[in-house]
Amino acid sequence: MIEALAFYLFAGITVFSGFMVISSKNPVHSVLFLILAFFNSAGLFVLLGAEFLAMILVVVYVGAVAVLFLFVVMMLDINFTELRQGVLQYLPIGALIGIVLALELVFVVTSGAFDPASLGAAVQHATPAVNDVNNTDALGRLIYTDYIYVFQAAGLVLFVAMVGAIVLTHRRRAGVKRQDIGEQLARTAGDAIEVKSVESGKGI
Amino acid sequence: MEIGLGHYLTVAAILFTIGIFGIFLNRKNVIVILMSIELMLLAVNINLVAFSSYLHDMVGQIFALFVLTVAAAEAAIGLAILVIYFRNRKTIAVDDVNMMKG
Repeated sequence: MIEALAFYLFAGITVFSGFMVISSKNPVHSVLFLILAFFNSAGLFVLLGAEFLAMILVVVYVGAVAVLFLFVVMMLDINFTELRQGVLQYLPIGALIGIVLALELVFVVTSGAFDPASLGAAVQHATPAVNDVNNTDALGRLIYTDYIYVFQAAGLVLFVAMVGAIVLTHRRRAGVKRQDIGEQLARTAGDAIEVKSVESGKGI
Repeated sequence: MEIGLGHYLTVAAILFTIGIFGIFLNRKNVIVILMSIELMLLAVNINLVAFSSYLHDMVGQIFALFVLTVAAAEAAIGLAILVIYFRNRKTIAVDDVNMMKG
């Protein structure tokens, strides 16, 4: 009973904030509703017994991705009201496609093709009993044995993304004074000091 | 009342539909389009974790982890492209992105 209540709470808030993400006028509000949606799906993950993924969702999505969105929205000086124009023009076609897609998905979900009992034979790595191994431990054992190459590839994807983001946004400004060690070392007493003989009674 | 796999799949389906709808609704605003894509990836993750939980199979959670990784990389690259695009054009309207049309 408590579990059902918690599910409906988390699911309801997730769906509501997901809808607010796309419908609010101010993009800052959109980002904040996105954060709310992530938090409540982390709650759903906890209900499903995936504690590690729930925490990763909070740390990576809320802590990194959503804050990145917030930075970009606040940093760029964009006229958002101009971008909102013509929203109603796309509403009918968007609603049509959305309703068709939702009906199809609900049809698939309720068709009984995904009954856990009939899919049981497809299990590859059964979850160990919760009393033996906790979720993080079980996930780690699997990642570092059978999925080590995929794990390394995921690290490579993140590395390439990091390098790409830096290369894309980095720019050299003109007129910025930076320390140039080569220039400093090439400087000698000969071209740093100039001796002038001043005649008496006159300036330089 | 028992919460079954179908409940979670329904939530994920609704969230995915909201993501698609958001892309159509905010066709001019790249930031909201990127956020809609994040919502769709979140729906995919809910699906993966729900199946993983109800089939007692750990692989679903591992794939959800990789989807999360790719989503983070995609957000970083997308926002970087957005920033340099705004720096060059002073706008982020999608309608103006037609320089490479040929």
